[in-house]
Amino acid sequence: MKCQKCERPATFHITELEGGKHTELHLCEQHARQYLTQGEGEPGSAPTIAGALAQQLAVGQTAEELAQLDQRACPICGITFYEFRNQGRLGCPHDYVCFEKELEPLIANIHGETVHKGKKPKHGASGTQQRTELIRMRREMKEAIEKENYEKAKELRDQIKKIEATQE
Amino acid sequence: MELNDLTNTTGEWLRGSGPQADIVMSTRIRLARNLAEFPFISRASDQDRADIEKLLRDRVLKIREQSGELLYVNVSDLDRLDRQFLVERQLISREHAEAKGARGVAIGSGEQISLMINEEDHLRIQCLHSGLDVQGAWDQIDRIDDLISEQVNYAFHPRLGYLTACPTNVGTGVRVSVLMHLPALVLTRQIDKVFRSLQKISLAVRGLYGEGSQAMGDFYQISNQQTLGRSEKELVDQVTDVVPAIIHYEREARDFLIKESQQTLHDQVSRAYGILRTAQTISSEETMHLLSKVRMGINLGLIADLPMLKLNELFIRTQPAHLQKISGVELNTADRNIERARFLRRYLNREEDGNGGKN
Repeated sequence: MKCQKCERPATFHITELEGGKHTELHLCEQHARQYLTQGEGEPGSAPTIAGALAQQLAVGQTAEELAQLDQRACPICGITFYEFRNQGRLGCPHDYVCFEKELEPLIANIHGETVHKGKKPKHGASGTQQRTELIRMRREMKEAIEKENYEKAKELRDQIKKIEATQE
Repeated sequence: MELNDLTNTTGEWLRGSGPQADIVMSTRIRLARNLAEFPFISRASDQDRADIEKLLRDRVLKIREQSGELLYVNVSDLDRLDRQFLVERQLISREHAEAKGARGVAIGSGEQISLMINEEDHLRIQCLHSGLDVQGAWDQIDRIDDLISEQVNYAFHPRLGYLTACPTNVGTGVRVSVLMHLPALVLTRQIDKVFRSLQKISLAVRGLYGEGSQAMGDFYQISNQQTLGRSEKELVDQVTDVVPAIIHYEREARDFLIKESQQTLHDQVSRAYGILRTAQTISSEETMHLLSKVRMGINLGLIADLPMLKLNELFIRTQPAHLQKISGVELNTADRNIERARFLRRYLNREEDGNGGKN
């Protein structure tokens, strides 16, 4: 499908609900961005995460699907999509992978781009997965202690120490 | 160097020198960074925060050989007044001052560098330079970032770049901000037009103390909004390219005011200077407003007996926490207004008592 305003393919399908009527819009990324940011006329106002998400989530999802999405949690840090939506802050680096599908259009909306072009850290990104796992293990260890499951806590502590030692 | 020593010094960025310093007060760049092995701050437990603070404090202090002396301050241990003092000096953000749990800041000598630990992101590196010096600030912050990244594992995604707590900072994590003094554009009511055109090219305009703060004393912060999809150099260039145009408009507006209404302008500036030198009680808002007028007067050659450095210092030193630190007592608003007026009278009428221009 083509964008309603130009020849590019329409990648954004927006359903606008107004006074019980709904209108469908099919736009390319650039025109969708223009459309979604119009009316935010306050000088200096940065796009708010909640606002941008609300607009984006109204696209083609049923209330049921939205409720399901809200309950989805990151296996590493435990944050739910609802919590992120509410506070506008993510819980850990893995959220960018775990909520990729939802974040992608949001990021495109904010930055107009989705691919990093710039410097990389001196330490390569190798072993990222293992390092991120530490977040999950620390969280589970804390939960194990709270549940007085000391056997499991001890096991996790040893694993954490082992990973940390390889990273020094 | 201790925190209280800062009361008697002036940050490098207030020198009032540097390119275009009559209009551009300072250039600031900040980088947002996170450690790969910890949750972001919103999901971090007290223990996580303590671990992050300790780990980053150790690593950050290791770079001191290359970056000069660093003063480390445990922000969580400070009382409210000291935290506000650091905010007024632009060394920490309001959010960092008001946050909970383990957190700290490392401050470089001359106050050009500040490294906030456990702000919205695990690490926020900031470089603050006098005048318009985007490239200089970038070169310095880039070096510091490299030195730290040799010792820690930053959260980095091959496609999305540096991962941050808020998706608005993902990618480069770079925010380039230039603090501009634009009184003539305000007086000629052209400032809104400038803002609208800046928004069209994705630049944000904010007040002196960042997001949500009011523009005080005709100071405006112009910064990039986009952090992903453009290289650091492109972001630096984006801001560098647009600032000269705004400087040009401000100069045109100043020329216009001098040509069309010099007498009115001179009168306004002189009255402002007069009030600052004689008032018996004065709020910080009124002070900012009047200092802004006087600053413009100095730049237009209408006031000759006040050096810019001295005036720049007053913007910082008349703010609530500074005033209380300098006088050595905690004061309520009414008493602060009296103390502020006293301080200004001393400072502007008899230089030797005001400690002005000596640092």
